[in-house]
Amino acid sequence: MLPQRVARLRRLALIGLAGALAVTMSACASERGSGGGANDTFVFGAAGAPKNFDPIFNDDGESFRPARQMFDTLVTYKPGTTELVGDLATAWTPSADAKTWTFTLRQGVKFHDGTPFNAAAVCFNFDRWYNMKGAGAQSQMIYYGDVFEGFAKNEGDATGAPVYKSCEAKDDYTAVLNLNKAKGAFPDAFGLTSLSISSPDALKKYNADNVTQSGDSFTYPEYATDHPTGTGPYKFQSYDKTNKTITLVRNDDYWGDKAKTSKLIFKIIEDENARKQELAAGTIDGYDFPSPADYSSLKDAGNQVLIRPAFNVLYLGINQKNNPKLQDVRVRKAIEYAINKDQLAKNKLPTGAYAQTQFLPNNVPGYTDAVEKHSYDPNQAKALLQQAGATGLTLNFYVPTEVTRPYMPNPVDIGGAIADDLKAVGINVNIVQEPWNGGYKDDVQKAGKQDIHLLGWTGDYADAGNFVGTFFGRQKAEFGFNDPAVFNALSNADAQVTPETKKAAYEQASLVISQYVPAVPLTSSPPAIVVKSNIHNLIPTPLTDERFYTVTKG
Amino acid sequence: MLRFIVRRLLQAVPTLLVLSILVFAWLRLLPGGPAGALLGDKATPQKLADLNHVLGLDQPIFVQYGKFLGRILSGDFGASLISGDSVLAEVGRAFPATIELAVFALVLAIAFGIPLGYAAARFHGRLIDNATVLTTLIGVAVPVFFFGVLLKYIFAQKLGILPPSGRQDVTIDATHITGFFTLDGLLTGEFDAFWDAVKHLILPAIALASIPFAVIVRITRASVLDVQSEDFVRTAESKGLTTPVIRRRHILRNALLPVSTTIGLQTGLLLAGAVLTEKVFNIPGLGYLLAQGIERRDYPRLQALLLLAALVYVIVNLLVDVSYAIIDPRVRVR
Amino acid sequence: MTTNLLRRKKDRIDDLAASGGTSLAADAFKRMSRSPIAIIGAVITVLFVLLAILSPFLAPKSPYIPYDELKNNLRPDSIPGPMPGFILGSDQNGYDFFSRLLVGSQQTLIVGVVATLIGVAVGMLIGGLAGAVGGWVDALLMRFTDILLAIPSLLLAISIAALFSHGTQWTVIIAVAVVSVPIFARLLRGAMLAQRSSDHVLAATALGVRRTTIVFRHMLPNSVGPVIVQATLTLATSIIDAAALSFLGLGDSDWTRAEWGLMLGKSQGLLDVKPELAFYPAIAIIIVALGFTLLGESLREALDPKNRR
Repeated sequence: MLPQRVARLRRLALIGLAGALAVTMSACASERGSGGGANDTFVFGAAGAPKNFDPIFNDDGESFRPARQMFDTLVTYKPGTTELVGDLATAWTPSADAKTWTFTLRQGVKFHDGTPFNAAAVCFNFDRWYNMKGAGAQSQMIYYGDVFEGFAKNEGDATGAPVYKSCEAKDDYTAVLNLNKAKGAFPDAFGLTSLSISSPDALKKYNADNVTQSGDSFTYPEYATDHPTGTGPYKFQSYDKTNKTITLVRNDDYWGDKAKTSKLIFKIIEDENARKQELAAGTIDGYDFPSPADYSSLKDAGNQVLIRPAFNVLYLGINQKNNPKLQDVRVRKAIEYAINKDQLAKNKLPTGAYAQTQFLPNNVPGYTDAVEKHSYDPNQAKALLQQAGATGLTLNFYVPTEVTRPYMPNPVDIGGAIADDLKAVGINVNIVQEPWNGGYKDDVQKAGKQDIHLLGWTGDYADAGNFVGTFFGRQKAEFGFNDPAVFNALSNADAQVTPETKKAAYEQASLVISQYVPAVPLTSSPPAIVVKSNIHNLIPTPLTDERFYTVTKG
Repeated sequence: MLRFIVRRLLQAVPTLLVLSILVFAWLRLLPGGPAGALLGDKATPQKLADLNHVLGLDQPIFVQYGKFLGRILSGDFGASLISGDSVLAEVGRAFPATIELAVFALVLAIAFGIPLGYAAARFHGRLIDNATVLTTLIGVAVPVFFFGVLLKYIFAQKLGILPPSGRQDVTIDATHITGFFTLDGLLTGEFDAFWDAVKHLILPAIALASIPFAVIVRITRASVLDVQSEDFVRTAESKGLTTPVIRRRHILRNALLPVSTTIGLQTGLLLAGAVLTEKVFNIPGLGYLLAQGIERRDYPRLQALLLLAALVYVIVNLLVDVSYAIIDPRVRVR
Repeated sequence: MTTNLLRRKKDRIDDLAASGGTSLAADAFKRMSRSPIAIIGAVITVLFVLLAILSPFLAPKSPYIPYDELKNNLRPDSIPGPMPGFILGSDQNGYDFFSRLLVGSQQTLIVGVVATLIGVAVGMLIGGLAGAVGGWVDALLMRFTDILLAIPSLLLAISIAALFSHGTQWTVIIAVAVVSVPIFARLLRGAMLAQRSSDHVLAATALGVRRTTIVFRHMLPNSVGPVIVQATLTLATSIIDAAALSFLGLGDSDWTRAEWGLMLGKSQGLLDVKPELAFYPAIAIIIVALGFTLLGESLREALDPKNRR
């Protein structure tokens, strides 16, 4: 009976073979490795495919996660905190005007291709970014564009004047970076994964700058797809697109503590439920951003739900352009009074989430208790609406779909709860839901079609400017207001060079913002990472930039 | 004959052109744009506009169509915005996954559908018949995706006897030659890999088979009922042939003819069902590519999938017409 | 370019089209009343329609506002179960789940009925025009419906739904209705062609009755039977297709609306927290779709000329 069935299957399979050979354009044959014991491989469930493996062309967590295991940056953040520590640089000192940064580099570090890491390599990387050619390549260097503002020759529509001036290798282990202007973002921004240091040899060998447009998209060079070469604890082995797995192997020449598992596999599972089920089935050892709905069942099943410190802000945006009533600060305050943030945090957000009074997480310098608070008070909200002559106010409320972010694990439900609160004080809410990539971002951030909307931000580093400066630093279609007091407070804060004056200036800015209510800060939520009970030494960090080389299994 | 084929080929050209315009129009009508899909969270509206300019999406629509047609004709379908990989390669990899799943589902539907349909007809009007008819109607009434979710919930999550999603366990480290994982397992002699791939196929195949199964049961039943009352069966009975011989030689053989055509016609349905099944079970096939492409506005991918479907549609039509012309010479004149 | 692949789909429609004739209704009804399957279908359908009409009065709570008793105990990973006053406890938003399930019947029926009515209306317009006018109009319209028929129905619905920047009840209805348009068009055209050569139409023509009068007085009324059968079946598929669109994230985006497909689609991630949130609406959809299917299939069989012996 059984052999007969197998024979039939085989016959069927062979019929398919002809078709398969004709159709399978990239037949992928991988050597069947002997592999280590299961305890020597850490399998992590990724939520999406990386765009490519060259960090400079990426700006999303799924692309960064594998990159962080293979690359190092000049400075980095101490695991579990946002505090800056050395990585490829052991010391970094600014000049008095903060326009020159001198990096003392780590010695004895080798790239994965065996070439040495030194000051020349660092400068090669900075020069490469600055001199990047082609509108396609430049337009995708989102973080570089944010931090350094411009290129040697701006192509496309980018018009910023470059912050970067030059880089010189004073000796093998001293790199000096000259800037055209000081920026508050430094030195923290040097730790951005996008600014990872690659092997100059490999960059040249695999045409790393050769990003070409093809139709509605881009084709990336071999360096970015098959040969990422850094100095990190793991080396790139393969990306099997058929089975959706990325395999990294231990870098035995790593300069620091060697990776504990010899293999690190990322299995791409887009569906949240599927990730959970694979964890239960034991085919993956952990995954990122479990849904808050699953925390208790995951824990009941014996897994560890590791909670990171919250490092994000969810806000209810207010666009003053379309509805004149919203230009009245009393109406904006009424909206804030109407929302029960504590209940929202409790009902819809994971354990550890807290109601916000301002647009900074409480672990960022600049967060202060001395802001004007508008805690839940529906009667106050009704009274303010009455005073402003805005009873019967109707608002178009834009809510994104098909997206989860650490600050909003379920935007649709969160939006629903807020709408219920607003309705309770007599505001009519007209809900408009749009897919994140299917119109929402365009309509809200570019066209400003909404009256109110749901959005948030996860910090890149512990600089208040990265939060409030991004939101309210200048006039934007998203908020549609022009208030010099807010703009000035923020530009003043960004110009401060010493940590102490910077902190004070941002505390002042937070106060100004809380009085103006350009939007309603809602909550900060800690994203979690879940691993099986036999996984140890994974340190959850607020920046969600975990390194897996410390992880042991068994 | 040759003239007929050439004429048909020429007739296919305007059809393809119309289809390409439809596909292009549909893509451009979709809300959102590729720039939003390409860039992540930190992209400002300005960056999005820049990228739209770089991609030429701010040019007049007919210019865009011209470029689009030019690229298609030169075989350049671009790279997926989601994976960054060539769309053709993506489709090439997804194809075996879908076909493997569809074949398994069809095998299941046939293996259980025909005997059950036959049994229902043999015991026409009795309990087994009514039960079968009811089952098939339920099969049609249950939403495919919910059936899949339910199977996954029971067999993978609660009982834990079958894998919940994907095509193969990552830790197996199987060799892949054709992209059909079961076939690969057999060809390379990696029977653990083969068995694992089969286990991954069971639940999605059952979910996908539910509707073709119901259809096959009903057609088989109706067809056997028809044939049973035909004259030649009565003749065979009057000749004194034994019941098993009549059943085998006359009823079943004749009844299976319409069944086999039906099976051929299930292909389209299977592919549509694959969109839902592949999403539920996270199988990287064509349906999955489509659903994900729509969700994330992956224009190059959608474009390639739709054009491919249009091309297949035209080619199949052509082949059918030509084969008809070979069988029936009268068609050629028309 | 008539395609072989389409033939079965078309044949099924054409068979039904040929089965019309009101004179057979009584006969058909008699045969149906003896079939247990037809009775089950009819009972389910009647109960569902009654529930849909009465549900706003039956629901113990408002389905559209959250309740503090429920919200106080609501957590992302724990949703309150049954408690006094709330028979099935809370849904994921602190609303009364039982009331929403009841009222869901109404919204679900609305989606199914409106989508089917649009499909029937547009389909009848196209099919009626083709059947009544004939000639190149007929050829063109039928070519158009053939193309629509060739696309698997769910894919067609997905393509239409994706075109709207945000889903509403109407976008779902339209996407689902478009799928049934070609079916009704072909059905009505077939029925009218069958009527055209029938004795009473020939007689009327011979008597010099105007063409429009013939179409409206004779041809259309006699085509009603097959349309009703197909509409019953379409009700079932419309409800299922609408649910599938919700599952794919292309459904109605107003989460306060209590509609079964929507409730099912939005509860996929909560199977471990409170599986009832997905299972109850799903079971409701299955029962209702089954009711319509049973009724429709037995009507079809009752009208089938082959069974009239």
